Amino acid sequence: MTADPILLRVAGAFKHFPISGFGGGAVRAVDGVDLEIRRGETLGLVGESGCGKSTLARLITALLPATAGKIVFDGQDITRLKGWRLRRVRRKMQMIFQDPFASLDPRMTVGDILQEPLDNFAIGSMRDRRRRVQELLRLVGLNPNFTNRYPHEFSGGQRQRIGIARALAVNPSFIVCDEAVSALDVSIQAQIINLLQDLQKEFQLTYLFIAHDLAVVRHLSDRIAVMYLGKVVETAGRNDIYERPQHPYTKALLSSIPVPDPAVERERAPISLKGEIPSPVNPPSGCRFHPRCPIARVPGICSEQEPPLEPHGARDQVAACHFAGQA
Amino acid sequence: MATAIGLAGQVDWDVPEQTGLWKDAWVRFRRNRLAVAGLVVIVLMIVLALGARLPTAPGGLWRILHLTNEPFLQDVTNSYATPSLQHPLGTDILGRDQLSRILYGASISLTIGIVVQFLILGIGGSIGMAAGYFGGWIDNLLMRFTDIMYAFPDLLLVLVFVAAFGPSFWSIFIALGLVYWVGLARLVRGQVLSIKEKEYVEAAIMTGTSPLKLIVKHLVPNSLGPVIVTLTFGIPAAIFTEAALSFLGIGIRPPEPSWGVMIEDGYAGIFADPRQVIFPGIAVALTMLSFTFVGDGLRDALDPRMRR
Ligand SMILES: Nc1ncnc2c1ncn2[C@@H]1O[C@H](COP(=O)(O)OP(=O)(O)OP(=O)(O)O)[C@@H](O)[C@H]1O
Ligand code: SF4
Ligand SMILES: [Mg+2]
Repeated sequence: MTADPILLRVAGAFKHFPISGFGGGAVRAVDGVDLEIRRGETLGLVGESGCGKSTLARLITALLPATAGKIVFDGQDITRLKGWRLRRVRRKMQMIFQDPFASLDPRMTVGDILQEPLDNFAIGSMRDRRRRVQELLRLVGLNPNFTNRYPHEFSGGQRQRIGIARALAVNPSFIVCDEAVSALDVSIQAQIINLLQDLQKEFQLTYLFIAHDLAVVRHLSDRIAVMYLGKVVETAGRNDIYERPQHPYTKALLSSIPVPDPAVERERAPISLKGEIPSPVNPPSGCRFHPRCPIARVPGICSEQEPPLEPHGARDQVAACHFAGQA
Repeated sequence: MATAIGLAGQVDWDVPEQTGLWKDAWVRFRRNRLAVAGLVVIVLMIVLALGARLPTAPGGLWRILHLTNEPFLQDVTNSYATPSLQHPLGTDILGRDQLSRILYGASISLTIGIVVQFLILGIGGSIGMAAGYFGGWIDNLLMRFTDIMYAFPDLLLVLVFVAAFGPSFWSIFIALGLVYWVGLARLVRGQVLSIKEKEYVEAAIMTGTSPLKLIVKHLVPNSLGPVIVTLTFGIPAAIFTEAALSFLGIGIRPPEPSWGVMIEDGYAGIFADPRQVIFPGIAVALTMLSFTFVGDGLRDALDPRMRR
């Protein structure tokens, strides 16, 4: 049996959070996302704060039920799974969380935190589990004798290592890293990213790596997806995104990354976006980027028709823009 | 699976010195002098109360050791006796020894105050947990019911219940439990709602934790701090309500001397002998104050924001 090269497929995923109270309406946090993640690759997902990255991550990991759409993981539709069927999927799919201070139960020792997944899936004997906990700590570069310590005794970077160890405990094939390094100091970010890369090689992991800027995902990702206001607006191979971005929003994001070469940095003219991100309760008509887009034709096609995600630029590159690649 | 030592690149080996969360809280509790004093008084009170009941009431160990008299032994020729070596706090109208009655009464008042908290924890804790955990219509139903219970004045509800089932230790006990669970249910619901949003709960779900285990291993331990504080403050409230009811004549029945009963008895002869009211009054006040100080101390000690 040849394995499907696509490990995870997101098809037309929506997540609307109804607004309670008079007037109704909904926060359209994820508003029609199509995405594919291939076996063994790292897909970087970037977008400004509030564009729906975490919500998409929670749909993919089935922590939240989708309002509409389908999530297919490893050939299995997991969108409506519940109970033990869902738990079984979680042996293969794990998540590393954004906040290393909130993602570890403060009332549990590190040993208990790491043993919990092993207990839940009844992996090995009690002795095996304890040995596995120590092995996991060693694997992420922590002292294996610290099983009796509480999370608050560790630094942010160390806690994130514990979170990584917990995700690895059940030997998953796919890990969602939701801004796994955003809360850490820059020097520690590099350490954690290196650790994640080493682990990926060792265990043939597939990553969905979420970040809010393109700088972080650059040397980690094979492909990159850019998200804006609940939708994916461009997806391409890593080099293509950086060298020939097709969507004006991607260009704007790229232009805000500082360039290390001072000569280039001086020449560079960052594209500044007009205005604020619109509210996901009432996304703009047509292309939802049009109020901020430097090349928008308004009034015209941009404010009237929603651009579909279509091939533009390089092979394997898609963008949702009526004027993709222009200016 | 291969274990790769050194795979992690930079090794992050050291952590600061070890402190458990509860140990940490104890250190902070000890710094609060009033709370420690309150705890000492409470422990002393419990020991004295136990001694008045064990090994066999009435009078118990203290009576056996000839430290006190029998709380129920009447001697009408010796009513309203002034304090003496034989009756350190004097006697009441029937000539019963006041000290032994206060110690015996301590066992009743403390039992009511403390044991009712378990009933409150059982009712309020499970209703709050269910409302917070399940949410939706279950939450709505349970919380509207809680609101209705809350809308009744506490004392009125207790009065109605005791009037319906007759005044006894058990009806007081159950009435207090039925009234005071409301606050705890709301607290637990709020706690669970906020803990449910925490990433560590999502992480636990993600690693395959079943709903029951999630409640027992994550939700309960993490909401325990404020619950303990609330229950501690509930003890003096229950003791006071029992005393008030007994004073109104619908609480514990004489001759069982709860402090409230003693104050009621003494109130009749307050002009003949004010000590009849003063001594049990001091006992009530001292106990309530002690539990309040301990509650304050616990609140600060268990508040995670107070952690260094
Ligand atoms: N449980 C919820 N109920 C209502 N609205 C929500 C909920 N979760 C998220 N939202 C809203 O959905 C939108 C997307 O949120 P999300 O957390 O997915 O963004 P994000 O891209 O992860 O942002 P960040 O970079 O800040 O983590 C936001 O407007 C947010 O307020
Ligand atoms: S479709 Fe129009 S508004 Fe949208 S990104 Fe392209 S040019 Fe800008
Ligand atoms: Mg997020």
